[in-house]
Amino acid sequence: MTPRSGPTVAIVDYGMGNRRSVFKALERAGATPKLTAHARQLRAAHGLVVPGVGAFPEAMRRLGALGLVGLLRERAGEDIPVLGICLGMQLLFERSQELGTTGGLGLLPGEVTWLNPGGLRVPHIGWNEVKFVAPSPLTEGLPQRGCAFYHAHSLAARPANVKDVLGITEYGEQLATIVGRGRVFGVQFHPEKSSANGLALLERFVAVCAETAPESEALWGEMARP
Amino acid sequence: MHYKRVIPCLDVDRGRVVKGVGFLDLRDAGDPVELAYRYDAAGADELVFLDITATTDKRETVVELARRTADEVFIPFTIGGGVRSAADAQAVLDAGADKVSINSAALERPQLVDELAATFGSQCVVLAIDAKRHARGGWEAYAAGGRTPTGRDAVAWAREVARRGAGEILLTSMDRDGSGSGYDLELTAAVATRVALPVIASGGAGRPDDLVAALRAGADAVLCASIFHYGRHTVAEVKEHLARARIPVRASG
Repeated sequence: MTPRSGPTVAIVDYGMGNRRSVFKALERAGATPKLTAHARQLRAAHGLVVPGVGAFPEAMRRLGALGLVGLLRERAGEDIPVLGICLGMQLLFERSQELGTTGGLGLLPGEVTWLNPGGLRVPHIGWNEVKFVAPSPLTEGLPQRGCAFYHAHSLAARPANVKDVLGITEYGEQLATIVGRGRVFGVQFHPEKSSANGLALLERFVAVCAETAPESEALWGEMARP
Repeated sequence: MHYKRVIPCLDVDRGRVVKGVGFLDLRDAGDPVELAYRYDAAGADELVFLDITATTDKRETVVELARRTADEVFIPFTIGGGVRSAADAQAVLDAGADKVSINSAALERPQLVDELAATFGSQCVVLAIDAKRHARGGWEAYAAGGRTPTGRDAVAWAREVARRGAGEILLTSMDRDGSGSGYDLELTAAVATRVALPVIASGGAGRPDDLVAALRAGADAVLCASIFHYGRHTVAEVKEHLARARIPVRASG
């Protein structure tokens, strides 16, 4: 074991997304990141990050082929911190309308549909102000009303339950860009590419993982025992 | 509030940043990773690296550049110059780049745009167009770093790549590039009004007012090279200037 500099955060490696950037940013945020698709490592981690850039159906197909759909649901059910980033956030919901209808992980109620920003440009690319609409451990210590993050997307999650919405971005319409329920979180923007603000948010997620770390270690110990 | 973006462009030759004066006359200007780190700290919204190394084994150099940059820099960056196939794009994106910019390869085989968009998502695909005013009016798209005319109308080409799934248009005026006399605003407006994608205006920025003009003409972002590289203006100065002109910009870091 390496000396413990921070909680182990597993980046779910299903072959899509900017995994290396997420790895480097988590490392900078104080975590001990592991890029993995192995069930044993995903079960042992103190927190999970679901990255993602690309299309929803292909992402779900790959997660299914790796046997990770059930595992992610199981770990979320155990109250392990989960953070979905961009497409990874969209995957947390029940279904997406990208290229036909595809079922998602279903950790949060709601669906993912195309942006409809009136005359504004699609994809929505660039820095945009995110307004924090509910207190969350993910945004604790960041500017109280919100701050700018880097967005790059053409679809957006439409949470069925307004209580799951923690942050909102205005882009011709109001977009839920931070969501959370319990320890399951999602961000539509890219914290790993949002300079100091993004690293601060990731530090908060790592802190949530650290809080839960002893419990999950105990759990892992029990499960590993014959 | 959606912000307009200020994007420094770093031309890279064999791993070193060189300043672009026109397309053929180049000078050395430093280490790309250190420059990128400084631009992040200074409040740049994104970065573009254009690798201008004479072809052959340039894939390794751009992958290495992407890897080293992703280690240190936590703002989005685009790599252009070494990407001719989905495999090239995969290597650069896996190394930590956020987007790839393609130009000649797409002009030779437009289907490449569809392939990259389907594999990586539109938001990873920046289509670079080098456009030169035509004597008959309009603009012609050039390939090979501005050396080869293609006979394609630049605006029609922009519309085609938008249909094929590109995520952004990086629109360079060859007439203005390196001149410092301002962006080609007619070109910027011609493309921005005919495609729904974000347009990054490029080529010709000399003064902060030039950026204001391009953003007002419909650009979502402005690419800047020499205006920053030799300290003529800082990113903060430029952003303050834009804010005074009531253009929404993210506060400098």
